[in-house]
Amino acid sequence: MGVFLALFILTVVEVAVVFMPLSRLVIGGMLVMLAFTKAILVAAYFMHLKFEKRTLAIIAATPIVLCVGLMFALLPDSDPAKVKTPAAAASQAQPPEHP
Amino acid sequence: MNDEAEAYETPLTPESWGKLGMWVFLAADAMSFGGLLAGYGALRFSSHNWPVPKDALGIQLTAFMTFLLICSSVTMVKALSAVKRGDRKWAAIHLLGTIAGGLSFLGLQAYEWTHLIHEGMTITGNPWGSSLFGTTFFILTGFHGMHVTGGVVYLSVILIQILRGKIGYNPVEIVGLYWHFVDLIWILVFTFVYLL
Repeated sequence: MGVFLALFILTVVEVAVVFMPLSRLVIGGMLVMLAFTKAILVAAYFMHLKFEKRTLAIIAATPIVLCVGLMFALLPDSDPAKVKTPAAAASQAQPPEHP
Repeated sequence: MNDEAEAYETPLTPESWGKLGMWVFLAADAMSFGGLLAGYGALRFSSHNWPVPKDALGIQLTAFMTFLLICSSVTMVKALSAVKRGDRKWAAIHLLGTIAGGLSFLGLQAYEWTHLIHEGMTITGNPWGSSLFGTTFFILTGFHGMHVTGGVVYLSVILIQILRGKIGYNPVEIVGLYWHFVDLIWILVFTFVYLL
């Protein structure tokens, strides 16, 4: 029941944080922290991960490691300055020469 | 020397093969969601005109949906402890509550989708900005909604088996793992798609 209360309160805090007059970066950081706290609570208590053998924790940690890795692997390609749109590509291309 | 007995006693395996199997499946499933979320992040980060989700989507309704799923996780915990005590009736009531929570969630999601589609949000475009906002929204929430649908079917099968007195603690614990995982994923989807 304590876990339920914690999850409920954290959800209310999350929604409240969105409407706070803070910078988007700070809000984003807080939201990610809150979401992971909730996810860990669910896994540890509802899914009994805290009371299981360590094998299961290792299995559960695998996708987290891989997905965080994937996020960073995608990061260089998602730099907004480097994204090529058709319009940008056309303006960069040299005008065709007619001999 | 008995090979089979030895295999069961390896320190690397938990007491139930079914549970280990469900955990391996959930790890694989988490990578599906992780891949979709990472793709969503990359698309959003590289976009110049991504809408602010809270201006386009109804956060109050989805916060309530989050609350519903958390409640259904709690009834799942109660159902499992009832099975452990051997109280089949109490377990069935709480499993029914869990199923009702899942169905209400799906109903609200259908209502939300209908509302958004009427506002002009589709897989290919939306009135607020980058068309990928609609694409990623429907794929992520839809993929999760399919998991809830599957969970409701899975829970119903387990409920019927409990009422017939055919199963004990272990299968209920395993369906619980799946259901809590779906709740866990929604916590992440809710945060990244609706709030962030």
